[in-house]
Amino acid sequence: MTDVMSRPAPELKVVGTRPVRPDGVDKVTGAATYGADFHLPGMLVGKIKRSPHAHARIVSIDTRAALALPGVKAVVTAADLPDLASEEYEAGESASNLRDLSLNVMARRKALYDGHAVAAVAATSSAIADAALDLIKVTYEVLPHVIDVEAAMAPDAPVLHAHMFTEGLDEHPSLPSNIAKRNQIKGGDIGQGFADADVIVEGRYTTQAVHQGYIEPHACLATVAADGQCQVWSSSQGQFMVRTYCAKVLDLDISNVRVIPAEIGGGFGGKTTVYLEPLALALSRQSGHPVKMTMTREEVFRATGPTSGAVILVKLGAKKDGKITAAEVELKYQAGAFSGSPVGAGSMTALAVYALENFQITGWDVVTNSPKVAAYRAPGAPIAAFGVESAMDELALKLGIDPITLREINGVKDGVKATYGPTFRNIGYLETLQAIKDCPQYSAPLGPNQGRGVAAGFWFNVGGESTAAVHINEDGTAVVVTGNPDIGGSRASMAMMAAEVLGLPIDKVRPIVADTASIGFSMVTGGSRTTFATGMAVVQAAEKIVAELKQRAAMIWDVDLDMVAWENGAAVCLDASKAGLRPLPLGGIAAQSGKTGGPISAEVSLNAQGAGPGFGVHVCDVEVDPETGHVTVLRYTAAQDVGKAIHPSYVEGQIQGGVAQGVGWALNEEYIFDADGRMENAGFLDYRVPVASDLPMIDAIMIEVPNPRHPYGAKGVGEVPIVPPLAAVANAVRAAIGVRMCDLPLSPPKIRAVIDAKVS
Amino acid sequence: MPHVVTTHGDCSAFTGGLFEFDVEARSVRQLILELENRFPGLGDYIERRMAIAIDGEIHQDAYGAALGEHSEVYLIPKIGGG
Amino acid sequence: MSKQHISATVNGDPVEFLSDPGTTLLDALRDELRLTGSKEGCGSGDCGACSVLLDGRLVCSCLVLAPEAEGRRIDTIEGMAQGGVLHPLQQKFIDHAALQCGFCTPGLLVAAKALLDVNPDPTESEIRYWLAGNLCRCTGYDKIVTAVQDAAAELRQVRRAS
Repeated sequence: MTDVMSRPAPELKVVGTRPVRPDGVDKVTGAATYGADFHLPGMLVGKIKRSPHAHARIVSIDTRAALALPGVKAVVTAADLPDLASEEYEAGESASNLRDLSLNVMARRKALYDGHAVAAVAATSSAIADAALDLIKVTYEVLPHVIDVEAAMAPDAPVLHAHMFTEGLDEHPSLPSNIAKRNQIKGGDIGQGFADADVIVEGRYTTQAVHQGYIEPHACLATVAADGQCQVWSSSQGQFMVRTYCAKVLDLDISNVRVIPAEIGGGFGGKTTVYLEPLALALSRQSGHPVKMTMTREEVFRATGPTSGAVILVKLGAKKDGKITAAEVELKYQAGAFSGSPVGAGSMTALAVYALENFQITGWDVVTNSPKVAAYRAPGAPIAAFGVESAMDELALKLGIDPITLREINGVKDGVKATYGPTFRNIGYLETLQAIKDCPQYSAPLGPNQGRGVAAGFWFNVGGESTAAVHINEDGTAVVVTGNPDIGGSRASMAMMAAEVLGLPIDKVRPIVADTASIGFSMVTGGSRTTFATGMAVVQAAEKIVAELKQRAAMIWDVDLDMVAWENGAAVCLDASKAGLRPLPLGGIAAQSGKTGGPISAEVSLNAQGAGPGFGVHVCDVEVDPETGHVTVLRYTAAQDVGKAIHPSYVEGQIQGGVAQGVGWALNEEYIFDADGRMENAGFLDYRVPVASDLPMIDAIMIEVPNPRHPYGAKGVGEVPIVPPLAAVANAVRAAIGVRMCDLPLSPPKIRAVIDAKVS
Repeated sequence: MPHVVTTHGDCSAFTGGLFEFDVEARSVRQLILELENRFPGLGDYIERRMAIAIDGEIHQDAYGAALGEHSEVYLIPKIGGG
Repeated sequence: MSKQHISATVNGDPVEFLSDPGTTLLDALRDELRLTGSKEGCGSGDCGACSVLLDGRLVCSCLVLAPEAEGRRIDTIEGMAQGGVLHPLQQKFIDHAALQCGFCTPGLLVAAKALLDVNPDPTESEIRYWLAGNLCRCTGYDKIVTAVQDAAAELRQVRRAS
């Protein structure tokens, strides 16, 4: 349990500045070690055999020829893994069904997507491993497949799971289907609300599956000793999550698995789960050697979670003055091969920026013969926001009201009840709207074929379990230890917060990210939680240190504890009768720590609550080339309520990075499947993410409305920025070509077709 | 007495269609036990699948979080990020 | 098939290693020479994370076969800092927070250096088009461009002074 930390706002010395990150030198010299950079003596190469069919019964797997090939040391199929019962388990950050996770790691009885793992080998070289894969004989009974979400919902769709009966309906269905769950959020009376409306806007929007697109493919090195003790070096968003999943999938004691975090080359949510690690451990156990596994880029696309493709239906009703009287949203999200699309979060965020009496949001979680979806930066929210913010744009046009003004009229503020339930407190949404209204871009002139689009976005941010330790070295420098991989510079922020509390200069505080045996449990780096929750643990640990330092000083001076204060990194004596006593700096106390009680260390574990939600408002200017349909992003400004920017450069970085991903999602990225359900563009050439020449400079405006729950007022920042861009770009394109396009991505051939149709 | 509300359909299967009710409870743990008592299965469902917003602040897995006499308590699905 | 013996110069030092004829230069650098600074992001020459200089020319080492390195000069990220002193590009990348996860950073730095070697005063557009072969998913490229511009300015000043 955490207590509310309210403190008078002191003058901050470190927090809010922009020191150089401590791991920067390693990363610019190529010295930093990522998942694929480790070597161990006797290391084998592990590879995976994958189903070439989108949906098939696995009739038999014959591994004898593969096992007999010289150089092959282990072959693993589902038969070598425990057959888990269905069980929900929190390991990453939210509940996962362990059985589904295990089946996704290795198929059992059925292959559910092209790329689904059916067997794995470990061999002395890459070439031999490849040859072994070819020698594994799998007999499939190919089944009809379905990928499009509405096709998967149709009554005649091929059913993936015979025991899937839709949850959340008024009546329990009699037949299985691909609809895992329906959720619904309701308030007021939308029938009455629409009846009261002067203007109604309706739209149907679609998005395609897109991948998180981290540049580093999944990679790990695993070794199992003869006594069963396991070690894994892995690039992930959470070494504890990897440990838990490996232990559960392989039925091991958690204490027998040690996971050492590699640096991670991007995650964005896609690395909050495991694909390789349990298999590498199983192969190592069987072979008696360390096993290294890395995915190719093609495997990353074919077999790791993209996010959902979806259909979004939106209906808005409003009065002439702009006040929305009713809003209805329906979301249909692909979950991939197993249930668990982010439609729940999509439903909760869809109307979150609007103060509404009458609303209804219905969400459908639908399984499809495509890779099991994984979290992707504000999972579910960008998709829903695309539909809602496009419809709002349409409404603004119909009413003749400026899009920012329309959002101000209906915008949430402190004291307003969110559509997903609770009352908002300490939010800065209206301030972000104002910031965009005031920004230079908003009044910049536009030329022919150019258009401007505006959109808003919301994300909850989470708290969760974190542990941090602070150790004082004998010379008065400090070490901050946490268990959160550093994706975007969080290590620097941890050191900064500790330095602030201790009163040390930032270069005297070194952060490290420790393995699972060397620090207490932490949930993943994700959900925009690290600066908030792990930061809270760091601050509390540092405060415990300060309390300890004051005690030591009291002992050294032989004064009462309440006569000791801590200022600017030193103990100060408040006892007037001891006027001669000079402040005692941290280093001086540390040097005498042995005599005053022993080493000075503190560790804090907590489950941080009260994470503050974030709001973003973006404006995007585009130019559309009528001949090619190509869209150039001319200008982009993103305003966001960040609470408190601990390290402003890295907060800006999160905003700019989220915008870039959103632009790619809007303009070019999509999974293209052929008639057999195989991904046709499983590489960076044809899965087109933004490159440097696709983007302008991205202006990030940081609004600081502090979250009183965090010692420095921080709110999570990493996820909000990907929510508005889809609609901001689409609304800009609508303004540029005069036609609303509702189906992402807005790639050149589609825009050309619209322009051609308009002309004819 | 804390007033508990949910706008989400998840709970209605257990509550027989009720979306709001008063509960005598001073902590989240007490709330869950009370609700499990009153609507069998609901307490367990909330523990596994829901987060609780107390006076606007979201709490997930927080038995010890305190409920005030006039607290507004919202049940919402658990949140996970990326 | 037996391995081939290859002699080359890497970051100014003579090296020798064995490699299968079909092995890429990237794999040889990483697995034989243990220079893991160059990364594999795609294996198909589309992401630039494996960028190195081959006889001064910017290439994707995943598209070069290891035997092609015979007798040639290769410069990787590991050779960019001299005697423990960072190259201005490296320093500016850190100063401007032009990296987040850092995975694309080695390739970007090699490519940026190749740019400044031929064009010491590039415009923003020239920087963006030159670096279009290096994918970054974290930063949105904004701070990378700023860092390159700042490094270019510093290098021009150093040149003027000397």
